[in-house]
Amino acid sequence: MRKNLTQRLLQAVIVLAGVMLLIFVMLRIVPGNPIETMMGEHADAATVARMTAEMGLDQPLYVQFFRYLSSAVRGDFGTSYSLGKPVSQLMGGAFVNTLVLAVFAAVFAWIVGIACGIFSAMKKNRLPDRLFMGFSLLGISLPVFMAAMFLQYIFAFRLKWLPISGTDSWRSFILPAIALGWNSAGQVAQMTRTTLLETLQEDYIDTARAKGRGPLGVLVFHALRNAMLPVLTMMAVQFSGLLSGAVITETVFSINGIGRLMVQAISGRDIPLLQGTALLATFVVILGNLLADCLYSVLDPRIRKED
Amino acid sequence: MLRTKQKQIEQAADLRLQSQIGEEERFGDLMRRMARENKTAVISFFVIILMALAAALAPLLTPYEENGMDLLHRLSAPSAEHLLGTDEGGRDVLTRLLFGARVSLLIGVVPALLSLILGAVLGVIAGYRGGITDAVIMRIADVTLAFPSMLLAMVMMYALGGGILNVFLTLTLVNWANVARVVRSQTLKLKNSEFVEAARIIGVSRDRIMRRHILPNCLPTLLVLFTLNIPASILTESSLSFLGLGIQPPNASWGLMINTGRQYLYNAPWLSFAPGAAIMLTVLAFNFLGNGLLDVLDPRMQKQ
Repeated sequence: MRKNLTQRLLQAVIVLAGVMLLIFVMLRIVPGNPIETMMGEHADAATVARMTAEMGLDQPLYVQFFRYLSSAVRGDFGTSYSLGKPVSQLMGGAFVNTLVLAVFAAVFAWIVGIACGIFSAMKKNRLPDRLFMGFSLLGISLPVFMAAMFLQYIFAFRLKWLPISGTDSWRSFILPAIALGWNSAGQVAQMTRTTLLETLQEDYIDTARAKGRGPLGVLVFHALRNAMLPVLTMMAVQFSGLLSGAVITETVFSINGIGRLMVQAISGRDIPLLQGTALLATFVVILGNLLADCLYSVLDPRIRKED
Repeated sequence: MLRTKQKQIEQAADLRLQSQIGEEERFGDLMRRMARENKTAVISFFVIILMALAAALAPLLTPYEENGMDLLHRLSAPSAEHLLGTDEGGRDVLTRLLFGARVSLLIGVVPALLSLILGAVLGVIAGYRGGITDAVIMRIADVTLAFPSMLLAMVMMYALGGGILNVFLTLTLVNWANVARVVRSQTLKLKNSEFVEAARIIGVSRDRIMRRHILPNCLPTLLVLFTLNIPASILTESSLSFLGLGIQPPNASWGLMINTGRQYLYNAPWLSFAPGAAIMLTVLAFNFLGNGLLDVLDPRMQKQ
């Protein structure tokens, strides 16, 4: 297993380097000199040239890339053009908000998703099952911004139960978390239902029943334990998805997180900031996938023993 | 597309190859079986056809012009004359919804088709040639897949600029990798099958084997991928347009309509909610159809 994990880790590093290169190249093909964009129309040619040289933008692309790579490894992502602060500092502050939002969303998605999934599996093909599964498909098909705006309209504007936007108290995170977690809840519910139904067909379930376990005991001690494995790994993947996928939710609810920072970077044509945020988000996703793989091999003895 | 769905497609395709090479069910039979077994998929299919018709015949279905301003009736609520109300320029929302359907459906279908072609070609080449070609293509695919698709699309749209052609290009480059992976793994299995061996022995060229013997066998799987990539594209584009990075006005896609309507969310919620419902219905219909096709192709589903 150790060999397998080292291989995975190495692969993740290669992919991360590839992503870095991809972002770097894509942002360099944007027409126009970023310094001119930053300084506006009134900049004189000499200043632009001096600034360009100072920031190393006159160097060949590969030199620029390796410089960026070496400082990024040390935690330095350059300075934001539009906000004038170090990108790492901006991202640090924003990451906390995104993390809180993602945790709230994950808790919502997992509790609701698993509960609906179990209930559906128990009442397979009957009304509650149809209802829950329809609901979860709705969750998967509803664009995040629609869910976000709908919740905002009903619960914040009409009913005035919760704050419309911002990050002032924990209550501000409830609506965004539901909007963001909705989709994941649908996925978890479907996954739980499918794997639980598969598990309930296994021979050891019959054995447990034959030994006189009640239906609840079979469900909790025999079926769920085994059925939750794929669900757990999916949840690890999802959490990183929630962290990186909060762009829309953060925009609708004005939460100063990584996603919103990215949108700001785009509208301000702020390449260092966009580069940093995109990289951070991708890093989180790769890490999540890696963790999911590890989790799977730790939890499933069959995989643990394989090599 | 969802990672779990992707896995299911890969598994279904593999199982299908194991169980059915030689006694291939005809395409028409497959469709007939789906029609019998899965009513939701059939209904979804007709919903999609209806929507396509409505989009194509938009000018005939409505008395209003797509961009016909009527400043006296700005932001009016849904009524008998304007079934879904009017927007900030007094334009009929239903009319714009019908015309927006053209853009949004196109954005679903074109990138899905292009990424299907690109992914299938690269996947079959990677799988059949192996070696360094395979390694290079698949590492690029890995990098693309590691990137959260929305972020990749955002960065690309930023680099390329808005507009429908760039949306096509971006969504194609975001979606090709999952197609390539499935086709590659199918190719690896088919490569060693007897009929490909036979073709090789009688001297059929490598290109012809890929074209005539391997790709046709991937077609059912490709159809599933195509159907499920359409709603994924529609959702990604609507998110992009929502952030102002997708379709540019005066063209209207549903996502863009929601974005402009957002400013009036509190006094004219229909501006955003009508196109939102349209997106949802479309995505739901394609998802149902795609899942129906997948169930028909998945040998595991037939036993039950």
